[in-house]
Amino acid sequence: MARYLLNRVTSLIVSLWVASLVIFLSLEVVPGDPASFMLGLNAQEDTLAALREELGLNKGMIERYVSWVSGMLAGDFGISYTYRTPVAEMIGERLWISLPLALYALTLSTLIAFPAGIWAASRRGSWVDFTVMGTTQLGVAIPNFWFAMLMVAVFAINLRWFSAGGFAGWEDGLLVGLKSLTLPAIALALPQASILARVMRSAMLDTLGEDYIRTARAKGLNRGQALRRHALRNAMIPVLTIIGLQFSFLLAGAIIIENVFFLPGLGQLVFKAISARDLIVVESVVMLLVFAVIMVNFAVDLAYAWVDPRLRGR
Amino acid sequence: MTLLARHGLAGIILALAGMAQAQSEIVIGQQLEPPHLDPTSAAAGAIDQVVYANVFEGLTRFGPDGSVNPGLAESWEISDDGLIYTFKLRQGVTFHDGSTMDAADVKFTLDRARDDMSQNAQKALFEGIESVEVVDDLTTRVTLSAANGTLLFNLAWGDAVIVAPESIGEIKSDPVGTGAFRFDDWVQGDRITLLRNDDYWGTPAQLDRVTFKFISDPTAAFAAVMAEDVDVFPTFPAPENLPQFQADPRFQVLIGSTEGETILAMNNQMEPLNNVKVREAIAHAIDRQAVIDGAMFGLGTPIGTHFAPHNPDYVDLTGVSQYDPDLARALLAQAGFPDGFTTTLKLPPPSYARRGGEIIAAQLRDVGIETEISNLEWAQWLEEVFKGKNFGLTIVSHTEPFDIGIYARPDYYFQYDNPDFQALNDALTQETSPAMRSDILIKMQRTIAEDYVNGYLFQLATATVANAKLRGLWTDLPTQATDMTGVYWEE
Repeated sequence: MARYLLNRVTSLIVSLWVASLVIFLSLEVVPGDPASFMLGLNAQEDTLAALREELGLNKGMIERYVSWVSGMLAGDFGISYTYRTPVAEMIGERLWISLPLALYALTLSTLIAFPAGIWAASRRGSWVDFTVMGTTQLGVAIPNFWFAMLMVAVFAINLRWFSAGGFAGWEDGLLVGLKSLTLPAIALALPQASILARVMRSAMLDTLGEDYIRTARAKGLNRGQALRRHALRNAMIPVLTIIGLQFSFLLAGAIIIENVFFLPGLGQLVFKAISARDLIVVESVVMLLVFAVIMVNFAVDLAYAWVDPRLRGR
Repeated sequence: MTLLARHGLAGIILALAGMAQAQSEIVIGQQLEPPHLDPTSAAAGAIDQVVYANVFEGLTRFGPDGSVNPGLAESWEISDDGLIYTFKLRQGVTFHDGSTMDAADVKFTLDRARDDMSQNAQKALFEGIESVEVVDDLTTRVTLSAANGTLLFNLAWGDAVIVAPESIGEIKSDPVGTGAFRFDDWVQGDRITLLRNDDYWGTPAQLDRVTFKFISDPTAAFAAVMAEDVDVFPTFPAPENLPQFQADPRFQVLIGSTEGETILAMNNQMEPLNNVKVREAIAHAIDRQAVIDGAMFGLGTPIGTHFAPHNPDYVDLTGVSQYDPDLARALLAQAGFPDGFTTTLKLPPPSYARRGGEIIAAQLRDVGIETEISNLEWAQWLEEVFKGKNFGLTIVSHTEPFDIGIYARPDYYFQYDNPDFQALNDALTQETSPAMRSDILIKMQRTIAEDYVNGYLFQLATATVANAKLRGLWTDLPTQATDMTGVYWEE
């Protein structure tokens, strides 16, 4: 177990370092100057020079990379070029929306997918299976932004149950905040739940055909007991992988849904920062997301070891 | 926990207060969020849209019709040679932090904008100022190096608002001005809140609270207005949805003009666009009305030169470049391109450029000119087109008010270099007599129209969608502002 952990941690550090290099270098080659973006069409050359100097854009590439990385190691993500506020603060504020939204969507998706997938697998070939498979096919095919717009038209414009978008904040209570995240969370959860249900179903079917299930049935367990005690646990490996991927995706990939519901989340922050060439924000947020993805994968790896004792020895 | 409790309590009190009296709050939808809140150190129009007239005021200010009115200066005297402006400031004006606004603040503001380390995006506005002196607490004397007929106009810009040395350090996140509203809160990415300034020197605002909500996606903007989440959406981003609002009694739609001359800019130094015959051919190949109908759903006024039609000195020169594809083909043949040529058409993100670009490309193809279209982000456009001058054609709306002077700068991105025009521009700057100025302006408009510097398309229109009960909203946009000082709810 210790060696397993050590290996994982080493690869984690190397991945982070490589990611920082790739992020920094790829943003270096993108054309565009944050100073001229901020000062617009009538700016004079001396004004631009003064701003570049203040932003530290005149320094060399290596110097900027080193100060960025060493800053991050010390927990300092730098100051945004355009907003002129600490990047860490901006990310912190956005996380209060992106993280709950991702968790909310993931919870919804798991709550829908697990029963649906297990039910379909246990009644393979029946009308239940067909209904679940048909619905999930549709769920995967429908673009989530279109579904989101449809929900806005129905629940915000016609029924007036929800507001069309925006985030009410957590100050007025948990329910008020959750309510404003509900439509976006459903829109995000629908395709994820469909994918997850299909994975759940096929993983269950795989394990249900294994010898140990037959053994379990032979020693007297009924269908349900065999399913719960033996099949489910073994089917969890592919399902956990998918959940891990989905969580990382939901954290960073909610950008289109954030746009539809004008939610100030992380995706929106990166999007705006890219168009304003606020490179320090882009670099730091992307780095944070890479870190999150790697950490989630790390956690999933540990979870594998927990559900599958054979992996602990490796 | 105390914080939560306080917020909750404040919410209840606010809700009760709201029930007791007339509606006094407003939520404004706005597409772009300001990067920060200092109008004197960035070009972003979104900053002015939030703070101009609401939070910050200048010596002079723009009225809803674009006129220049007294602001913090209650009056001024101009010396006979036009070199010395003596501004008399209003008495009893305080900043939102309680400090007094006086002549020293005016001097600080103007000196800061002119400084070598200045980050003012419109530094040119202050170029002719030689010195600023404090005569007494309420009198400032501005001395110019040469007469400048546009000084009072220049001082009305958002880039020239009066700021105080005490609060300048935090201006980007906590702006302190003299306006009828004071800054309250900014939830980045989401909203900015302003509250009424009860110590305002002038007519107090009727609204207690103004919230700017940032909604960048046009479809989301439509949904937010339909669901009545926002009360007013100035510069509504989806013209295709306007008929739906016009047909709905809950809303009013105000259509007005802006200072945005939308042009098909041509690289005047690049082969073959450096040939005036070629530029003339392009100008005649464009059917402006088709562009306005197709790209802007009919909103926009055709222009024939780089000047706003609502300006009293405007001359309609659309006839100089009327739509005539046969003439365009003949001109191309005369210029030595009977089979046309190929050039680039680089388009920034706004829909007038992206949609307009497709239509113009088709119109140019009709006379034999092929264009290679590429879509650029703003940052790329600034780098490649504006700074790098690496383009044949591009479409952009020049939103600064009264900016015909850019044609006197040979290094400006379309690179028009005509000494006659430059002389006219110098004469204009020094002229203070309105009649003479008008004459010169007409000559300037005519010169660039007849030199076919750029393809002049249309004056960008603006549509404001609002709750039918709101009064006092601006229809036209003489500057990028959402002036809420005179807005109120009708009972």
